[in-house]
Amino acid sequence: MVDLLVQGLLLGGLYALFALGQSLLFGVMRLTNTAQGDFIVLGAFAAIALAGAWAVHPFVIGLALLPLAFAAGYALQRGVLNRTLGKDPLPSLVVTFGLGVVIQNGLLQAFSADPRSLESGGLATASVALGGHAAGVLPLLIFGLAVAATAGLQWLSTRTATGRRFRAVSDDREAAELMGVDARHVYALATGTAFALVVVAGVLQAVRTTVSPADGPLLLLFAFEAVIIGGMGSFWGTLAGAILLGVTQQLGAWLDPGWGIWAGHIAFLAVLVLRPQGLWPKTRG
Amino acid sequence: MSAVPMKRNAVDDATAAAAPRVRVVRAGPAARIALVAGLLLVAVLASLPAWGESAWKRDVVEIACYVIYASMWNLLAGFGGMVSIGQQAYFGLGGYVMLVLADHFGVDPFLAVPLGAALAALAAWPISRVAFRLSGGYFAIGTWVIAEVVRLGVANVPAVGGGSGASLVALRGIERATRENLTYWMALACVVASVALLYLFLRGKRGLALLAIRDNAVAAESQGVAVGRMRLAVYVVASLGAALAGALYFLSHLRITPDAAFGVNWSAFAIFMVVIGGLGRIEGPLVGALVFFALDKLFGDYGSLYLLGLGLLAILAATAFPQGLWGELERRFGWSLFPTRRRLVALEEEEGR
Repeated sequence: MVDLLVQGLLLGGLYALFALGQSLLFGVMRLTNTAQGDFIVLGAFAAIALAGAWAVHPFVIGLALLPLAFAAGYALQRGVLNRTLGKDPLPSLVVTFGLGVVIQNGLLQAFSADPRSLESGGLATASVALGGHAAGVLPLLIFGLAVAATAGLQWLSTRTATGRRFRAVSDDREAAELMGVDARHVYALATGTAFALVVVAGVLQAVRTTVSPADGPLLLLFAFEAVIIGGMGSFWGTLAGAILLGVTQQLGAWLDPGWGIWAGHIAFLAVLVLRPQGLWPKTRG
Repeated sequence: MSAVPMKRNAVDDATAAAAPRVRVVRAGPAARIALVAGLLLVAVLASLPAWGESAWKRDVVEIACYVIYASMWNLLAGFGGMVSIGQQAYFGLGGYVMLVLADHFGVDPFLAVPLGAALAALAAWPISRVAFRLSGGYFAIGTWVIAEVVRLGVANVPAVGGGSGASLVALRGIERATRENLTYWMALACVVASVALLYLFLRGKRGLALLAIRDNAVAAESQGVAVGRMRLAVYVVASLGAALAGALYFLSHLRITPDAAFGVNWSAFAIFMVVIGGLGRIEGPLVGALVFFALDKLFGDYGSLYLLGLGLLAILAATAFPQGLWGELERRFGWSLFPTRRRLVALEEEEGR
């Protein structure tokens, strides 16, 4: 039972990495990125493609991809997504949903439907003993990264000038622009940051298990559920929501192997009915 | 005594002179031509079993399903402002309830189509209680999760074949030509009824209320529109339509699986058809469904490349032509086949003064 909870907790760390970018985008610009999962898969495949040409540890590849991902996110926001923002949620939904379809089918065309993974030199199977229970080194590492990323985002948004701009355009775009903030640039910085997180999540997912081009939508749903369970606008809430989702899925899968994902969905719907603002909301949605 | 009425008369005269005399214009000549052409088209299509090939009938049934499904998605998103990625829940439920009624309860399969759709739409009320907790983009993904829950739930029911699906065996005893013709006429009747009812609804007072809610819910509420009730009604009707499309689709295909019934592809296709054709106008999904059907016939064999192209087209349409194909036609030529708007024409202008 303890093993189960620990596994769920550690799985939650990975889900938090899926979800933090989503949480940031929604917090800063009310953008619902329906291609979040597909971007994670794209990040994973970018790392897999690089690993074929460059024989170094996957984490080195991940680090090398970070600036690229930031640039790609920045460019996507400036070039496409900024035009879709507004009171009407439809344009941004159509564009991100369309991007998801393009990524899925592009990857399918380039890499076929086979699941692939990143070879990490035994890291994925290594484990340590903790008080009589064994825990994987990789899940622990992922969990540590998730906590660090959450703390980092929280620090970024509350303690830095960039974070102040994030919050300013989130509260009132027009007023922030009157104060000299370039909202389009700030939005693009947020998307760049979210994309850097997406690459981290993608590389870790590919090291931990396999990825295939059609995985994106399910990862999106996990990310979304974590954000809603935790409460919108709070990064620590997102982490807590992700952990709760991970634990619920593990418990569901323990009862019946086919119930894991279903149990997670049900937990999400239950939170929605009983506490629609999420369990740990911080700012208004 | 006389000073007050005189003053009132003066004010009345002043306002009467200031306010231009106007007439509300609804249908233009294009709409009247369209009505006649539409009736002719329906008459020709209704006689198709007498002269057409079997494959044509299947094509028309497929297009009819697309039109119903996309029109109902348009009602929800384009007129109701509720963008959903989860209407496949009702599409699939419509198909499954139809199959269960026909195969397990001995209901006539053709009667099971409307009955199944109605029963599936009953689920929309409890589901709305959950989905309406979210709004905007989060409503969209929330409905997607709900559709996944329904898919996983149905895939765990052994009575309908679990994950591998089931066949519509109730149609076994019926001769092929009879089955095809009945399916065909039924689909034709359903699509005509759906579009006609949608038009009448959106033309009327309630349609106006719906547009008011979409444009500004708070302002609409302050004008006495029952926003919550209206949204629920639109959601239930749109779900009924999606379920009807699903029941028809699987009546024609004879086989159903959870993945075919509840695939998110159905939402992708609805979004594509409506955005390409024109969001928030009745002509949009009609045009979009024809374009989608044609693209599917021409390029469907290219598989993932074809879907990639559809995705790119949708992105292009959403960013460069937000009004869609029909919106562009309407802007250039002023065509409106199903006018739901009210246009004011000054009488002085008409009388040539």
